[in-house]
Amino acid sequence: MRTILHSDLNNFYASVECVYEPALKAVPMAVCGDPQARHGIVLAKNMIAKRAGIVTGEAIWQARQKCPNLVVRPPSFKLYQRFSRMMKKIYGDYTFQIESFGLDECWLDVTGHRMSGEVIADELRRRAREELGLTLSVGVSFNKIFAKLGSDMKKPDATTVISPENFRDKVWPLPAGDLLFVGPATRRRLASRNLRTIGDIARCDSAALKSALGKNGEMLWLFANGLDRSPVMALDHSETVKSVGNSTTTPRDIADDQDAHMVLMVLSESVAERLREQGLKGRTVSLWVRDVDLAAFSAQKKLHADTALASEICGCALALFREHYRWAKPIRSLGVSVSELSFSEGDEQLTMFPDMRRERRYELETAVGDIRRRFGHFAIQRACLIGWKEFGAINPRDDHTIHPVGWRNTI
Amino acid sequence: MAHRAYVRVLMDVDELGKVHPLKIYWEDGRGFEVDRLLDVRRAASTKAGGQGIRYTCRIRGREIYLYEDDGRWFVEARDAGMKGQA
Repeated sequence: MRTILHSDLNNFYASVECVYEPALKAVPMAVCGDPQARHGIVLAKNMIAKRAGIVTGEAIWQARQKCPNLVVRPPSFKLYQRFSRMMKKIYGDYTFQIESFGLDECWLDVTGHRMSGEVIADELRRRAREELGLTLSVGVSFNKIFAKLGSDMKKPDATTVISPENFRDKVWPLPAGDLLFVGPATRRRLASRNLRTIGDIARCDSAALKSALGKNGEMLWLFANGLDRSPVMALDHSETVKSVGNSTTTPRDIADDQDAHMVLMVLSESVAERLREQGLKGRTVSLWVRDVDLAAFSAQKKLHADTALASEICGCALALFREHYRWAKPIRSLGVSVSELSFSEGDEQLTMFPDMRRERRYELETAVGDIRRRFGHFAIQRACLIGWKEFGAINPRDDHTIHPVGWRNTI
Repeated sequence: MAHRAYVRVLMDVDELGKVHPLKIYWEDGRGFEVDRLLDVRRAASTKAGGQGIRYTCRIRGREIYLYEDDGRWFVEARDAGMKGQA
């Protein structure tokens, strides 16, 4: 049996701010994006703000309605990354099998360690508190899914053990939505079959679940029964890039196809430039859309050939967008990413009639990239973006974006 | 409560890259020699906030925590009546 830990830094961004400004521990505080750039949502909050009912993702004005004396701080991502690295260094004293899930969460495989999972968990919590001034919630279990559930059960600064003996009592009464990968849509579909708790999923017939929800249904059944066998990816593993992507929340809502085209162009340019910088090309383009109600979806499409060209990435993203978005609501955020990467310096299928226009476009985009590297991002711009001040002024390359690891494929 | 007082530090780095603080300069220019280095570890400052590599130094018979946080150094200073406290 494996011993898996899931470690979650409590209220991570807010806690780091409190480390440097201890007075903030005594008042309701939230780390929020920049309201001027329309990123003005709550990214993290401390315990007092949490008790006042403030939730991550709501707008600052909504949070202020619940809690008028809320203290707001801008995010310092560089600092959070540094703390995240320091925490990973501590994890590294116990195992090299560490898989990050965002900046603040990690799975650790400590199977076969001379100390028990629970003892390691308690030691991690002590060290986080003493060395970094942060608190951790740790779930200890025999698979990744239950370990994650465990870390969510008791907060802050707690260890929760879910063993093969007690998981029926501890996990099964939880609502189905607590299970990893059960979002609002899946939850509704489960509820329509009267599957409301994790126990309901576990006790039902896996074949029936599969026919109702497809491959995902089978996966959820395995999760609920503690049969998840997905490995904790070793640290080096997560460092090999699987996809290159950028997303942005635009300064004003995206209202029509033309707006969307502009933003996708800016994002595609940045993705293409980063691909070329790392000597990569990709085969699959993914589009991510989030509307003003923060409902999101994504879609993807495979290209005919590997590419690192902004024009091709943008064309594909736009086609996906036109195919899938019906403009029920204006859009708040868009994202583009390219996956199925390969190194561009390698064996490549040559075509009988090389596309000279494509070659030239590569040279052109590389030249634009060089100019930007030397003289700054806005030294050279596409003409179509010049009239669009709000969107043209987005510089996704240097804006910070953090993407959770794509993970579903490992199952 | 205490606050972080960022200070100038004179230090010695040995062949192995280990850092030994020798003298801490207070903001009014007075220097205090580190008589002995007692302990080095990563720690968060519970008194003044912040965290870093914590050097426990003996200065004039008293134990002082000196922190190195991302290249800057600070000590925990009392908020009132700072003068005379090293």
